[in-house]
Amino acid sequence: MEYSAPPFFKTGPTPLARLLIFSALSFAFLVADSRFSYLDSLRQVAAVVVYPLQRIAAAPASIARRVGDFFTTHGSLREENARLKRETFENDVLLLELKALQAENEQLRLLLAARERLKIKLAAAEVLYAARDPFSRKIVIDRGSQQDVRPGQPVVDDRGLVGQVTRAYPWLSEVTLVTDKGQFVPVQNVRNGLRAVISGTGSDGVLELRFIALNADYQSGDELVTSGIDGVYPAGLPVARVESIERSPEQVFARITCAPLGGVANHAHLFVVTGSRELPPPPPVEKKQARGKKPRKF
Amino acid sequence: MAGMRLEPQEILLPVRAGFIALTLLSALMLNLLPWSGSALWLKPDFVALVVLYWCIEQPRKVGFISAWMMGLIMDVADGTLLGQHALAYSILAYAGIVLHRRVRMFSGTPQMVHVLILLLMNDLIVLGIRMAAGADFPGLQYFIGSFVAAALWLPLGALLRLPLRPRLDPDL
Repeated sequence: MEYSAPPFFKTGPTPLARLLIFSALSFAFLVADSRFSYLDSLRQVAAVVVYPLQRIAAAPASIARRVGDFFTTHGSLREENARLKRETFENDVLLLELKALQAENEQLRLLLAARERLKIKLAAAEVLYAARDPFSRKIVIDRGSQQDVRPGQPVVDDRGLVGQVTRAYPWLSEVTLVTDKGQFVPVQNVRNGLRAVISGTGSDGVLELRFIALNADYQSGDELVTSGIDGVYPAGLPVARVESIERSPEQVFARITCAPLGGVANHAHLFVVTGSRELPPPPPVEKKQARGKKPRKF
Repeated sequence: MAGMRLEPQEILLPVRAGFIALTLLSALMLNLLPWSGSALWLKPDFVALVVLYWCIEQPRKVGFISAWMMGLIMDVADGTLLGQHALAYSILAYAGIVLHRRVRMFSGTPQMVHVLILLLMNDLIVLGIRMAAGADFPGLQYFIGSFVAAALWLPLGALLRLPLRPRLDPDL
């Protein structure tokens, strides 16, 4: 006579079997996400579920900031008000000049039959938190696809370029900072108009110009702005300042390190550039890709 | 034998599923706090710690499904590759379930060392996945969080056992 174990002892598959099942599932997710991005809709749904938790978790910091704002003294407020009034006055004068120049520029462009310059539209956003992933440089802001934020849009602060929206959820979006290792921005040297591509290094506050010939005319202190030739970043946004240049005859290229101008690591308020420019369709890309050199997705 | 638990084990109230869910949710909230700068390096992975705790203390109630789901939530919240935390937490849950009798035999420091090794393994899995996907090694400070987490192991245990202490009847 055969006895089966009483139900009390039945615990389902062994831990090893379960481990194999769940590992296989995780691997399937990893591959689907990194190679084929099939799971974007799943991610969107899960992000909506997690959203309230994220807002609640970020609340103490923003409440503390607001409480700090509330308890500023009368004197400092008056001082700030006076300073702001003075600044507005100065800016108004500059703005008048700018308006005149803009009108003149538009007229000249019309005369030259050149393309209209991109009119930049800015949407203010608040930084909720820096992403906790130690492998990348990202921040999360409180505007998402419901407020017309789209992946690819540049993000700036009052001093310069900060990064680019890489993922837009309904009410949040993820911004990859210019210092992230996989982030590239086409730039132009203000002093002499030399074009280059600046890339992040993965460490805070350091950008790098790669593949620049040894004899290229770069000096420390040179300011780099976006060149606008990629159609993603509008031209003329300040990006970085050249910090140091190493030219050694053993190397083929110069080593040029730069510091970002935008407050990449310390910011509370940012602007998403939402205006976009219609570009002619890009030329077809040849379907030839170096083996093992897949573009990074995150 | 040195390191063995000599004091008598206390008898605790049965754990309710709601309590476990609440602790997991609190751990998730702690992970979602806006950490930044050097605090980010010191930050222990609270979710991994709590998942491991329940896998060791209650392997029949908490297991792969909750660990895997928590991993997916962490992946979405952090915007990382979907599945990296899920895989790491599944393996952590496996180690916890397989070793739960052994770990519970030890007291204090030896138990902490076990936990430290398991958490470091958890870190190594995430590191391996990210390096395979093309990221750089972020530096040795990447592992600091697990040491902090291991140091938090005993206080966490005391905290989670607190509501499970049977209340003494004053009439007795």
